[in-house]
Amino acid sequence: MLQDAERMVFFEPFAKEAGVTFSEDSYAGEQAKIRAMVLSKNVTWDVVQLDHAEMIVGCDEGLYQKLDWSKIGYPEDFLPQAVQPCGVGAFAWSFIFAYDQDRITDGPKNWVDFWNLKKWPGKRGMRASARLTLEAALLADGVKNEDLYKVLATDEGVARAFKKLDEIKSQIVWWSTGAEPIERLAAGDVAVTTAFNGRVTTANQNGRHFALVWDGQMYGQDYWGIVSGSPHKDLAEKFLTFASRPEIQSKLPEKIAYGIMNKKAIAMVSPKAGEAMPTAPQNLKNAIPFDAAFWAENDADLTAKFEAWRAR
Amino acid sequence: MPEQKQPIRRAKLTTAPILLSAPLVVFLTVFFFAPLAVMLSYSVRNNEVPSVLPHLSKAIATWDGRGLPPDSVFSALALDLRSNNDSMALGEAARRLDFEVPGYRALLFKTARRLQAEQTSTAPQDELTSIDARWSNPRYWLALNRATASLTPAFFLAAFDLKMDDAGRIVRVEDDRRVYLDTFLRTFQIAGTVTLLCSVIGYPIAFAITVLPRRLAAALTFSVILPFWTSLLVRTSAWIVVLSKDGVVNSFLTRLGIVSEPLQLIFNRTGLYIVMVHILLPFMVLPIRSVMNGISPNYMKASASLGAHPCLGFFKVYLPLTLPGVGAGCLMTFIIAIGYYITPALVGGAGDNMISFFIAFHTNSVINWGMAAALGVVLLSAVLLIFGTFGRLLGFSRIVALK
Repeated sequence: MLQDAERMVFFEPFAKEAGVTFSEDSYAGEQAKIRAMVLSKNVTWDVVQLDHAEMIVGCDEGLYQKLDWSKIGYPEDFLPQAVQPCGVGAFAWSFIFAYDQDRITDGPKNWVDFWNLKKWPGKRGMRASARLTLEAALLADGVKNEDLYKVLATDEGVARAFKKLDEIKSQIVWWSTGAEPIERLAAGDVAVTTAFNGRVTTANQNGRHFALVWDGQMYGQDYWGIVSGSPHKDLAEKFLTFASRPEIQSKLPEKIAYGIMNKKAIAMVSPKAGEAMPTAPQNLKNAIPFDAAFWAENDADLTAKFEAWRAR
Repeated sequence: MPEQKQPIRRAKLTTAPILLSAPLVVFLTVFFFAPLAVMLSYSVRNNEVPSVLPHLSKAIATWDGRGLPPDSVFSALALDLRSNNDSMALGEAARRLDFEVPGYRALLFKTARRLQAEQTSTAPQDELTSIDARWSNPRYWLALNRATASLTPAFFLAAFDLKMDDAGRIVRVEDDRRVYLDTFLRTFQIAGTVTLLCSVIGYPIAFAITVLPRRLAAALTFSVILPFWTSLLVRTSAWIVVLSKDGVVNSFLTRLGIVSEPLQLIFNRTGLYIVMVHILLPFMVLPIRSVMNGISPNYMKASASLGAHPCLGFFKVYLPLTLPGVGAGCLMTFIIAIGYYITPALVGGAGDNMISFFIAFHTNSVINWGMAAALGVVLLSAVLLIFGTFGRLLGFSRIVALK
């Protein structure tokens, strides 16, 4: 869904304008693939869409090129977090939870309710990753937004998150790609599921009645990066410039409800599309920024613990 | 006179088969055994840190491992980090160290960045500890020491939920990190159950194929083999649709009034067994069928003519004759089943992951090839052990269908 939207907004118009052909692939965070490409000097991807923590780690390790911002455009037009040494902000996502209003009328309203199996029985869809899942568990356990990452940085905080997850473990169905939770919610296999907001809105545009729960949403950004040793570096830079243009960016929220990073583009989005974006004021109430720096540092450790817990 | 005949036949046959099989031997060596050997060597390899931090590796070898290392070790590390211009290789060393002490990756990069940004004249020890206080903790130096040894047992120990502590003793890892032993056991348990179910279901099917009229037998064989030709992912996704809450099976059962609530058939162990048995059934049916085809019906007729009830005849005569096929089928099913990972990840529930999941996880996601290789070696050894044991019991030639 995201890729379809990006194809309409970015890839096809760019291919037309630059007079090149564009080939697409899907990347689901397998950094090993990119490392293998760079190491073997056989780079077949030029531009990759990356999550924030991966971008930080990959930038350290030389997987992605340091960007020449003078070529890419006007950094001052961007929200500050969109301007990074190895990444240009692509879009802003929000991690929320959703349920099907056709099945549940008076649904859960926050993370504490998400854990309430008595009042809302049924399987819980959760992302098979430590990131965002541990945060959700702590929020459900009553940790305040502003203390979230402070608590998660301690061993007790991590233990507390797992203990909270234990409460619903038997009911969890894990998802790994963004499309899965939507499919399972539609099939009734899960009663409530975590998801990225854009997918849920798109499902609703296709006739579903999924409720999005914004209270306690966690939001972050994805980036465009150029793989080190990209054979079409100039073209890749041109693409990043193209994708940063306000009139191009402003089309993305009309196709999928993610936020955009160019301030001029934000002003051009229609009010209807704007309401569904993570950055709309009513959706930002009680929202928590995803701490990518924390995860860049702690991912290996917490992921090992998460997988050990999941396998038990 | 057989003593004379045989040597002549042998001599004629040797060169041709060797030449004929040469492409296979070359292919296996180049594309199978060599890469496998390289991959397996990762399980004990320990050269990431020495190649990026050569001075440090030399200097730290003289340290007795007590307290903090001498100044020369500090300055060697500072020198190596300052002169490093291969961030990719540094990344690999950092990952290796992160495996010893969580958080090491970030520490190493932070230190390298700061050292490269500013030149100071302070003593190396003060310089490093002022960048990050963790450099005054011996733990980080002991980890460096372990990571510079030429070979490492760390990955194999970790595959059995063990580790070397700072004093050099082998101890169990912390509770919240123990995962592999349980996962190995679960892997064998799931594979064993699937094999058992396959043999119970597959045996009658194989029998039916051998006794049914040709047309029906062909149709039945086709329906067994069909899954072979469909991609694993497609089959698994199809089962998700069939078994889900609103799926075909549940709506059928509820409409008939057999159950009032939809059954939970997927995203748990039940679903995993259903899907794996379906996928692996051909590997059970085909070997059994090929053995059954070779059994003359005269044996059963003979046992009947001697007055045995068909049941007795089956258990005394037919079943023992088919056992080699059952054994070969079980072996094949079991060995394939212990390597599964996509299916448990997609249709299993919480805690149904098998060991291959972790091999893929370490290879693709966290890029710890040492760990992936060590788990791979353990799994491969288990397979060889099982193959060897079964081979002894059944005869190797039967298993590879030469008899």
